[in-house]
Amino acid sequence: MDLILSSLDILARWDVVLALLVGSVGGVVIGAIPGVGPAVAIAILLPATFSMDPIVGLTVLLGIYGSSMYGGSIPAILINTPGTAVNALTTYDGYPMTTRGEARRAISLAYSSSFFGGIFSVICLILFAPVLAKIAPMFGSREIFLAALLGIILVITAHRGQTLIAAALACFGIWLNTIGLEPVKYTKRFTFDQSWLSSGVNLIVVVLGLFALSQAFILLQSEDEKVRLTKLRGSFFQGFRELARHPRVAGVSATFGVVMGMVPGVGEFTAQFMSYSYAQKSSKRPEDFGHGSSEGLIAAETANNAVPAAAMVPLLALGIPGEALTAMMLSVFYVHNVIPGPGLFQNQMDFVVALYIALLILNVLVLVFLLMATNQLIKVVKIPNRFLGMCILVLSFVGVYSLRNSATDCALAAGFGVLGFVLKRLSLPIVPIILGMVLGGIMEVKLRAAMARVKTPYDFIDRPIAMILFLMIFLVLTLHMLRVWKNHKRKKTNQWSTSHASTSFANNLYRRRNSLLTARGKRVRAKRSTFSRQSTDKN
Amino acid sequence: MSDDPQESNGHRRAGQFLFAVGFTAIAILLVALLGDQTVWKAKVKFFAQPRFWPAVGVIGMAVFGALHLKTLHRNRISRYDLREARIWFESVEYALWFLVYVWVVPIVGYLPTTLIFAPLLTWRLGYRSRKMLWISVVFSLFVVVLFKSMLQVKIPGGLIYEYLPAGLRSLFILNF
Repeated sequence: MDLILSSLDILARWDVVLALLVGSVGGVVIGAIPGVGPAVAIAILLPATFSMDPIVGLTVLLGIYGSSMYGGSIPAILINTPGTAVNALTTYDGYPMTTRGEARRAISLAYSSSFFGGIFSVICLILFAPVLAKIAPMFGSREIFLAALLGIILVITAHRGQTLIAAALACFGIWLNTIGLEPVKYTKRFTFDQSWLSSGVNLIVVVLGLFALSQAFILLQSEDEKVRLTKLRGSFFQGFRELARHPRVAGVSATFGVVMGMVPGVGEFTAQFMSYSYAQKSSKRPEDFGHGSSEGLIAAETANNAVPAAAMVPLLALGIPGEALTAMMLSVFYVHNVIPGPGLFQNQMDFVVALYIALLILNVLVLVFLLMATNQLIKVVKIPNRFLGMCILVLSFVGVYSLRNSATDCALAAGFGVLGFVLKRLSLPIVPIILGMVLGGIMEVKLRAAMARVKTPYDFIDRPIAMILFLMIFLVLTLHMLRVWKNHKRKKTNQWSTSHASTSFANNLYRRRNSLLTARGKRVRAKRSTFSRQSTDKN
Repeated sequence: MSDDPQESNGHRRAGQFLFAVGFTAIAILLVALLGDQTVWKAKVKFFAQPRFWPAVGVIGMAVFGALHLKTLHRNRISRYDLREARIWFESVEYALWFLVYVWVVPIVGYLPTTLIFAPLLTWRLGYRSRKMLWISVVFSLFVVVLFKSMLQVKIPGGLIYEYLPAGLRSLFILNF
């Protein structure tokens, strides 16, 4: 009780209250605009929060993170376009409900499910905090190294079908982090004798380039779409009654959200996928899923909103961000010299609980705002894409330039913006670069510290938590290899079953035609014709 | 294998080969530069070597990049790849707009530059209506007031502010 009171004391300030309001309302609005999303907003606002108190800055960013998914469900349901990437699953059942004239029901169900997921996860984590406080000190250098390694492996393996390029991009992030002066021996690494590279590549410059500027370029090159909105009339409270009829789906989905949120590198998509699959399998009407099922909507929205609070666990307890947004927040901690990790749980538990209570209040504020202002809010989806791109470009300048007033940083950010644009065009993952940068730095420091006390390789994993983490890494890698092997076998089987003589014959004809048409083919024929007998026909 | 730019799972195929080739080539170049750009210290443990983590990064980039390239099952650049590359190159125009904005702000000042930049870019994007141009002006004013005047983010005053009268000069340097 004393802990909660002292946490409330931290929050009882006008600037924290203002941050809660700005974060919650701002997050919902940003989430409701397709094409912006919390990553862009957090990247832009990050340098502005450096001048604030840690609790104020983090409340704003947490507000945007936690409330954007509420807003993201609005365009997902009304116009079949997810406001944020994690609302993609909401379109499956939300939009069909809109097409059959149940838009208000779908939106109210999305709000109530999101609210339940958010509140459930925060309460779970407040109750779980004392246990974490006991476990966190057991994490020494080698455990944190292994946890970071596990995080990076999970991030890579989570990108199914793109694992190799995700691994290459994570290594690119690790390499980017090493550029500049090495902090122990003070030797230069990949500076190419350029003074501006000696201080390294700033994480925020990379984040702003890859997330904000690239999104601006995407929007600036896109076409404006005409949006037709459905008018919403009546109250949004009916969703709570409907949610109460599906306590099992809501409870299990929220639990998936909490558990998956705590595992670094897993996050919303896996939580949603598992919740949705569970809801479909356990439903009496599984055929309705994807055609406007209320259970599907509950599963998707509850799971994604339970993640933000849980995602703060590895960040606060171990200093390991599990995804891009928490990686950005880590820099706010470092700027204020608040080092997240076991020490934070031991010495500043009230700060941790204050953050969770802020999230709790935030969910209530968002719900109240949405219940009152949805009809006005839905108009933001009408903002033209290219105009939005211009707005992001102007705002990105504030983010990059206010860091160090450096034109070089801006040029670097523009370069990363073009890289991010290319990656987004190709649907290649950006998150592994950011996590490679952050986790690479953590792994370098922790491995160096850990190896100083290690005599034999077994010493590295002789402690219980280190052993558990090592076994988890081994298990994840083994399961991944098995999956790759199975996919390979299935692909080969499919190839054999579909390839038949006619296909091969067509390929032969194709190659033959190419050979006849190319210059080399002509040369070869000309050469061969010298050895063949001249025709004696007299035509 | 056809050259269709869209794969069945919705991922764009055009440009994948070009990107993978470029990425792997750069990674191999970085591996070649590893000895030149990093140092190997005597009497320092292997894992504490300044070269260790850059090596993990660049060798990982090269190995995984090459494996990714192999999985694409392509050996030539198609016309769809080149068309995609042209779209990548077109984004450079907006990067240049951004850099010009960055270059002009310390000279002309944050408020005047933003008030010119936003409507100009809006015009370039094809919006000709007065409504959109006025919205862009109001938006730029809002951004400057919010970030520079209220949140006091560190953006220096413009050089031309020096020519303003004394009272107005400090006001502009601090707030706009």
